Amino acid sequence: MTMRASRFAPVCLFSVFAFGSAHANEVQVAVAANFTAPIQAIAADFEKDTGHKLVTSFGATGQFYTQIKNGAPFEVLLSADDTTPQKLETEGDTVKGSRFTYAIGTLALWSAKEGYVDAKGKVLSDNQYQHLSIANPKAAPYGLAATQVLAKQGLTDKVKGKIVEGQNITQAYQFVSTGNAELGFVALSQIYKDGKVTNGSAWIVPANLHDPIKQDAVILNKGKDNPAAQALVDYLKGPKAAAVIKSYGYQL
Amino acid sequence: MTLSSADYSAIWLTLKLASLTTVILLIIGTPIALWLSRTQSWLRGPVGAIVALPLVLPPTVIGFYLLLALGPNGWIGHFTQSLGLGTLTFSFAGLVIGSVLYSMPFVVQPLQNAFSAIGTRPLEVAATLRANPWDTFFSVIVPLARPGFITAAILGFAHTVGEFGVVLMIGGNIPDKTRVVSVQIYDHVEAMEYAQAHWLAGAMLVFSFAVLLALYSSRKTKAAWS
Repeated sequence: MTMRASRFAPVCLFSVFAFGSAHANEVQVAVAANFTAPIQAIAADFEKDTGHKLVTSFGATGQFYTQIKNGAPFEVLLSADDTTPQKLETEGDTVKGSRFTYAIGTLALWSAKEGYVDAKGKVLSDNQYQHLSIANPKAAPYGLAATQVLAKQGLTDKVKGKIVEGQNITQAYQFVSTGNAELGFVALSQIYKDGKVTNGSAWIVPANLHDPIKQDAVILNKGKDNPAAQALVDYLKGPKAAAVIKSYGYQL
Repeated sequence: MTLSSADYSAIWLTLKLASLTTVILLIIGTPIALWLSRTQSWLRGPVGAIVALPLVLPPTVIGFYLLLALGPNGWIGHFTQSLGLGTLTFSFAGLVIGSVLYSMPFVVQPLQNAFSAIGTRPLEVAATLRANPWDTFFSVIVPLARPGFITAAILGFAHTVGEFGVVLMIGGNIPDKTRVVSVQIYDHVEAMEYAQAHWLAGAMLVFSFAVLLALYSSRKTKAAWS
C-alpha cells in the first residue's frame, strides 16, 4: 500500500506542472541556430505586445526533426530550411496550412580578422589559409549552401583538406571567432546588425551562387490548441518582426 | 544496409585514438598515481582533485577551454606555433591531448587504489633487500598492482571510445582525422540516416557491454583489486 502511494506521488507532481504550463500562455519554439539573435530581439517585443511568453530552444534543424518525431514538446518550429517543415507536414506532424517562409537566409564568408576578407571574396580562391569552417552540409542548410558556392567557383577539390565542419552554424561561427579557423561560411545574421558587419571582415555571398536558403516556420501538432502559437506565427508575419528580421541581413 | 567505408574509417580512427590515449595515460598516470598513493604532502588533495575534475565537469567545459587554449590566441597555441607545429585544433594530435585530459581519472584512480592496497610493507622488505627504486617498482609494485593496471587500461580505453563532447568541440568533424564513431553516429542521426546510425550505435552498445562484462567478471575473482 505504502509503495503504491509513493509511486503515485511523482505522477501527481508531474501533472501539476503540466497543468500549470498549459494555463500560462507560453509557447515552446524550436529555433534554427542562425536565427538566435533575431528571435531574441523579436521575443522581447512579442512578449510586451501580446502578453504571451516565448520559450526558445536553439539547435540544428535535423536534430529538431528527430526530436519532434520522438515527442519533443515543441509547438512551433522555425526551421533553417524549407524541406524539413514540408517533410513534417506530409508526415502529419503539423497544423495544415500553417507553413510559411519567415526569412530567406544570406550566407557570408567571414574572418574574425579585420581586412582579411576582401569585398569580392578573392581570399577564398587565393587559398592562403589553413582552415575553412562550414556547417555540416548534411544537416545544416547554410553548410549545404557553402558547398554549393565552393562548387560553383570550382574550388571543391582545392579546399577539401582545409574544411572543418561545425555541427551547426553556431559552431561554424565559433571556430572562426576563436581564431581556430581563419575563414568560415556563416549566416550573415550572426555577424550583422543594422546594415553592417559588426566585427572582423566579411564577403556577403551573392544569392546566385547557391540555392536560396528559404527558412520556413510551421505550427506543430502540439501547438494546435495554443493561442500563443498562432499569435507568434501572426507576429512573425507582421511589420515589426519584419523590420527586425531585415536588420539582421535576411531577405523577405 | 551495413556499415559504409566512412563508418569503418571512423571505427579505425576511434580505436587508434583510444589505444594511443591509453598508452600515454599509463605512462604519465602511473607516476601520478604512485605519488598520490604515497605522499604526505599538502598537494595531495589539490592534485587528486584536479585529476578527478573530468569526472564531474561536462565535456563542453573541457572542450571550450581546449578550443581557446589550443587556438592561435591560446597559451598552448602560442607554444605549438613557436615550435612550428601550427595549432592543434582540428587535428588528431589535438584529440589525443583532449582525450588524455578527459580520461585521466579513469586511469589514475584504479592505479592509485591498487598502489594504496599494496601498503608499505612489501616496499620496506624490498628496501631491506637493497632493491633500488626501479627494481622495487618493476619487481614488486607492478606485479602486485597488475589487476589495477588492467582495470585502468580497460577503463581508459573504453572511456576514450565513448568520448563525444570534447571531440565535437575541437575536432571539426574531419574524415580520418577527427571524425570518431560517436561523432559519426551524431552525424547520421542529424542527417536522418537512422539505419546507419543504428548499425554503429548497436556496435557501440555491444562493445561497451562486452568491455564492462569482462571487467566486472574478472573483478569478482580478484579481490586484490580493491
